[in-house]
Amino acid sequence: MDAIIDVTPIYLAGFWVTLQLLVISGVGAFVVGALIATLRISPVPSLRVFATAYTEVLRNVPLLLVLMFCAFVLPILGSDLDFFPLALIGLIAYTSPFVAEAIRSGFNGVPVGQAEAARSVGMGFIQTVSLVILPQAARMVVPPLINVFIALTKNTSVAGIFFVNELFKQTNAATRDNPNAVIIVLLYAAFLYLVITVPLGLIAGAIEKRVVVMR
Amino acid sequence: MRLKKSLMISAIAITSILGLSACAGAGGGGTTPPVAEKPTFEAGTTMAKLADAGAVTIGTKFDQPLFGLKAPDGNPVGFDVEIGKLVAAALGISADKIKWVETVSANRESYIENGTVDLVVATYTINDKRKEVISFAGPYYNAGQDILVLAGNPEGIKGPEDLKGKNVCSVAGSTSEKNIAAYDVKLITTDTYSNCLEPLRSGKVIAVTTDNVILAGLADQNAGEFEVLSNPFTEEPYGIGVKHDDDAFRNFINDVLEKSYSDGSWKAAWEATAGKVLKTPEPPAVDRYTS
Repeated sequence: MDAIIDVTPIYLAGFWVTLQLLVISGVGAFVVGALIATLRISPVPSLRVFATAYTEVLRNVPLLLVLMFCAFVLPILGSDLDFFPLALIGLIAYTSPFVAEAIRSGFNGVPVGQAEAARSVGMGFIQTVSLVILPQAARMVVPPLINVFIALTKNTSVAGIFFVNELFKQTNAATRDNPNAVIIVLLYAAFLYLVITVPLGLIAGAIEKRVVVMR
Repeated sequence: MRLKKSLMISAIAITSILGLSACAGAGGGGTTPPVAEKPTFEAGTTMAKLADAGAVTIGTKFDQPLFGLKAPDGNPVGFDVEIGKLVAAALGISADKIKWVETVSANRESYIENGTVDLVVATYTINDKRKEVISFAGPYYNAGQDILVLAGNPEGIKGPEDLKGKNVCSVAGSTSEKNIAAYDVKLITTDTYSNCLEPLRSGKVIAVTTDNVILAGLADQNAGEFEVLSNPFTEEPYGIGVKHDDDAFRNFINDVLEKSYSDGSWKAAWEATAGKVLKTPEPPAVDRYTS
């Protein structure tokens, strides 16, 4: 019990950083991912090629490598950003292809007749996507997207290696200072991750219920 | 079993290749201390037993640059190795009659207790808990937490006080991290010390701090890029481990150490190894504690 009280200040500090990493990179990855998914179905071949290449390269490279590139190589290339934004760049770059693929699966789930119908009444590509396909796709992509964000929550712990003081890293000092309560302080850290991920799952369930459509 | 063995061999091969490329700057070498001619010892002592056998088994690290690092020929090189040679020479045993055994931090006590090695010289910090199971001669060197900066020390750092409010890199959860935190530095932490080098190069941190022995190894592997301040601000006395309560052997080794301090062989051993990166310190007074 003493150990839990003892490590709470550093855990809360780490929890706050983890939460910031999650929210900012989550929003960033969603924006980039949505853009990539749109490019992927765009009528311009070169954009489709770019989006495919982006997705395949980034989602097939280990996160550790992506973050290492951001933390070590970008500064060599002249970036003078702090380690926190560098980690954000890495997390966004790594997560966005997964978001893009989740969204694309939603696009593909909309019957092709819907797009043809939109065309036939004279809508352009942007209108077709934003007014017809996206509203229908959105309800289908909620569960896979929440999956991606839960994975992102846990992935933020890798940023700890690259100089960001997130939650998981605090377990190092916590186990050092409480050698007789190692398991307890580790379980405590696991619990704090659950505090983020379990509600995410519940939110996903609630949204799903609300947007479900009978077809 | 067969697979395991071949795996083991390739693992060793890979480690030695890595070790080789890593320490391109560090040549083997070392000193050859004059071997005592037929020294005589009281019968029944460890010294008499070893001198009669004409061979000694010494435990040291095989992975600690500048102190005990396995060279391509299979023998370790470094300051600990030189100290081992000095002790062996006083027993009338030449360097080629020493059998080197790798000891890691976790097996040093048990190797001494069960007689796998006769003595251990392996960056072995003297502390009371260890004194309960083995005995220590020495210390022969006072290590301590030190600071690594860019070569030429562009920031003019003299000690930990100069790091206040500045970005300093260390390993999360290490004792070094805890020690430096007391100086109000801005800590940038990671999981291995070698990860700290790139931020130091790019100027994101102005110093890296941990035990000077580790820092010296990093500086040695990246010749010309970094320097160690050689101003340790904590104390880790390194001793030579022998069997518990073998006071005759312990006193003998202490005598050998004191003689090496006065006749310059300790200094020569230092300069041939760790002295390439760290400044030559004053040898510490040996501690003839009574257990």
